[in-house]
Amino acid sequence: MVEGRNRFSTTSATESTLWSTRMFSFILKRLFSGIVVLLTVSALTFFLLYFAGGSIARNIVGDQASPEQVAAKEVELGLDQPLIARFASWLTSAATGDLGRSWFTSEPVAQALSSRIPVTMVMVVTAMLLIGILAALLGVAAAVKRGPIDRAVQVSAIIGDSIPGFVIGIVLVTLLAIQLKLFPATSTIAPGVGVDAWILSLALPVLALVLNGVAGGAQQIRSAVIKQLERDYVRTLRSRGISENEILFKHVLRSAAPAGLTVLSLQLIGMLGGVVIIEAIFALPGIGPLAVSSTSQGDLPVVMGVVIYTVAVVIVVNLVVDVINGWLNPKVRVS
Amino acid sequence: MSSSMAPLTPSSASFGQSGTVVRSSPFRRLLKNPMGLIALTVLIVMVLLAVFAPLLAPFDENFANISNTLASPDSTNILGTDSAGRDVWSRLLYGAQLTLLSALLCAAVAIAIGLPSGLIAGYYGGAFDATSNWVVSILMSLPGLIVLLAIRAAFGPSVWIAMLFFGILISPGYFRLTRSAVQSVRNELYVDAARVAGLSDSAIIGRHVFSVVRAPIIIQTAAVCGIAIAVQSGLEFLGLGDPSKATWGVMLNEGFKNVYLNSQLLLWPALAIGLTIGALVLLGNAVRDALEDSDQVREVKALDDAESANTAAAMGATSGVGDLHHAAPKPRTRASKEPPQVEEGTEHHLIKVSHLGVGYPQPDGTVKRVVDDVSFHVDRGEILGIVGESGSGKSQTAFSILGLLPESARIVAGSIQFDGSYTVAPSDDLVDQRRLASLRGKRISYIPQEPMSNLDPAFTVGYQLVTPMIRVLGISKAEAKERALKLLADVGIPHPERTFAAYPHEISGGMAQRVLIAGAISCEPDLIIADEPTTALDVTVQAEVLDLLRELQSRLNIGVILVTHNFGVVADLCDRVVVMQNGRLVEEGTVREILRTPEHPYTRTLLASMLEGKEPMTMLTAQTAPASGRGDQKEGLR
Repeated sequence: MVEGRNRFSTTSATESTLWSTRMFSFILKRLFSGIVVLLTVSALTFFLLYFAGGSIARNIVGDQASPEQVAAKEVELGLDQPLIARFASWLTSAATGDLGRSWFTSEPVAQALSSRIPVTMVMVVTAMLLIGILAALLGVAAAVKRGPIDRAVQVSAIIGDSIPGFVIGIVLVTLLAIQLKLFPATSTIAPGVGVDAWILSLALPVLALVLNGVAGGAQQIRSAVIKQLERDYVRTLRSRGISENEILFKHVLRSAAPAGLTVLSLQLIGMLGGVVIIEAIFALPGIGPLAVSSTSQGDLPVVMGVVIYTVAVVIVVNLVVDVINGWLNPKVRVS
Repeated sequence: MSSSMAPLTPSSASFGQSGTVVRSSPFRRLLKNPMGLIALTVLIVMVLLAVFAPLLAPFDENFANISNTLASPDSTNILGTDSAGRDVWSRLLYGAQLTLLSALLCAAVAIAIGLPSGLIAGYYGGAFDATSNWVVSILMSLPGLIVLLAIRAAFGPSVWIAMLFFGILISPGYFRLTRSAVQSVRNELYVDAARVAGLSDSAIIGRHVFSVVRAPIIIQTAAVCGIAIAVQSGLEFLGLGDPSKATWGVMLNEGFKNVYLNSQLLLWPALAIGLTIGALVLLGNAVRDALEDSDQVREVKALDDAESANTAAAMGATSGVGDLHHAAPKPRTRASKEPPQVEEGTEHHLIKVSHLGVGYPQPDGTVKRVVDDVSFHVDRGEILGIVGESGSGKSQTAFSILGLLPESARIVAGSIQFDGSYTVAPSDDLVDQRRLASLRGKRISYIPQEPMSNLDPAFTVGYQLVTPMIRVLGISKAEAKERALKLLADVGIPHPERTFAAYPHEISGGMAQRVLIAGAISCEPDLIIADEPTTALDVTVQAEVLDLLRELQSRLNIGVILVTHNFGVVADLCDRVVVMQNGRLVEEGTVREILRTPEHPYTRTLLASMLEGKEPMTMLTAQTAPASGRGDQKEGLR
């Protein structure tokens, strides 16, 4: 407490420079630890995939190939090299943005990813925005009004928890696409198609993702808001004659926002996995099918690419959430 | 006034009753909860089906009758056959076996990793704690399904390997809950006592810590099994499962391939998955509810401080508020628009509390009374002390005057009038927020007990002082800032400009309490309610804050209600005292009377314990004015 007073800044100008320097070093620190995580995860994945080992070259060249052809393929892929050397060479080219080529299709991994990421990201971002808005509205309403809204949110959160997202997807595709034919059952997304094709193809998958996450998000935002409403300072603000609306929108929501954002960021991380299954159900040309085919074949460069992309998204999301939370909470800003 | 009052003595029948709520064991409460009972039944049925699958299944899981594919249900294949002519019912049963067992493996792995590491990290802290937290934060930021895809690429399609690794991925949940439970228990007195008694660490952990984490682990395990089944079925639905084994996910995959031919193939495994996960989620919730119920009964016993009142508020939200009317001593209606006139001859009192009763409706329909038949008044320039132990109802009385009781609280008897008009009329069962909104902050203000938690950490001290003045007094921002700086100087803050710009966490507790006092007097109130204003402060700071209160009170000629458990503070500051015990007022009088000749045994006990037998302070015996406690007699004190 006492040393805190030494850090006082008398003018707002110095305060804002201090704040931006602190934020800058904070972001640098987080980026650095993000890179450490990225390295750790890629090394772990690489070493794990090493166990898949031997039969890969045989799988690629086919059953009819001679042992010489298999051996030649192994040399070509660098499989004859020791593990550490292989990882080092993967890492050095990955650092320059070259993630190698698929062992099975020879397509450059970076290209395969970049053609598919937009589909997945459009879906995830749309679903997340919808979940964020709806969950915040429902959660705050449930916390403040209690009563029927509150019960509805709690019950649907339990239902949402009980049904896996992909089961919702299966139900939607069976009912609305296959039985009622309201939506295409498989994607019509292809290079050059119009926005309407995107909307039609993504409506059901996004709906499945939203239905899966919205009630749980709302329930957790509800408890974050209730926790803040029960804080002592809220009572003191009331005793000072501040209106309920001002207390809610200026004070309570601001303090509840970090918890709410963290809830949503965890949902987004979960959604990166869930969307793989959703893409399979709706036959969408996103990251999902690539992830599935590469893992079932043991296509190491592609698996590595998918893992790197996912972990990078997670790191960026966590960084953004941390920065916003730091901006909202002066205590984090100072320390 | 008295004619409109209900007879109060019989009402005390409900007082204290809820403390005798019969506490059943959590398990019995779980069975009484219909959700819990249904969930348990579904799970038991699933487990029985899985265990007796070899007896119940008419066919082997992989027995294929190629001449009878995609058959509709008949007497041989009661749920039909799949695209390879395999019996759906048999596969469902064997699928239950593998699905449930592998989910249990996942939970077991997660517990085996998370529980011991959480225990060690929580109990010993240090480097292990730091490292494991780092690992946990990495594990938690990995998208599980993607990792499992990579595992599948490395180790093949075995569901056991997938669930083993998923158990590792999901172990942070157990780690975190064990660690925080252990940390909270580690510093408890009884653990210290056990340590002093020479118990080894492992004995302490075994005896005290496990009893704390047991219930959360059951809840967590229900959730983990549900997630494991969902993730595993998801993987297998993608076609990454082992096709030679029947699991619900593999069946789902097979069904989805043939969705255009026979959508029933999809229905049965989806139903099994949904039912099982749903039952697990419901079970987790029911266990949590059952445990929370028993906690609440325990906490309600000490319903004075705000924290337990909040628990009551949470509880009241789930229970029917209407119950009150059956148990309350008399039917009380909502506040009418025009409150009745106060009794003649009492208008001159600044605040007058008459026969006040405050209660919390309980789930069993009774009303737990925390304030019962309390009457007192305060005039301008007078300081009234309300003394009592925690649990005596003194804070609840103060919050009724402010209209800041928890939502579930009800005024079950009596009235409160401020400056000649009712804020709680004799017929009201709630504090009228509309009437109080025009008084709070403006004419009645509040100094809280704990300085640091009563300032919003996200806003500067200045903002929190200026905004009420702008709202209540309608002055400009610049004017409000000027006043705020002067107020900060008035309450003895050495560098008002600095404190004005500071955030609450940047100032000390004593400073924060001065800021709160400045806030309380900022709009020139007529009555200040101070709830243990010095309890959270250092002894030296306490004296300064008391001096400040006395000085401000006499200068501004305001009425003060000082809620405290400390007779020292009362002797120092107050004109008159009321003593409260168990929600009732047991003694009332001038400070001198009460300190010199306490009549009620409880007052004597309080005095004996708090003053340690010392004579009342000399200042009081020499200078205090006689009893009536009017403001004009305050001069005597100064």
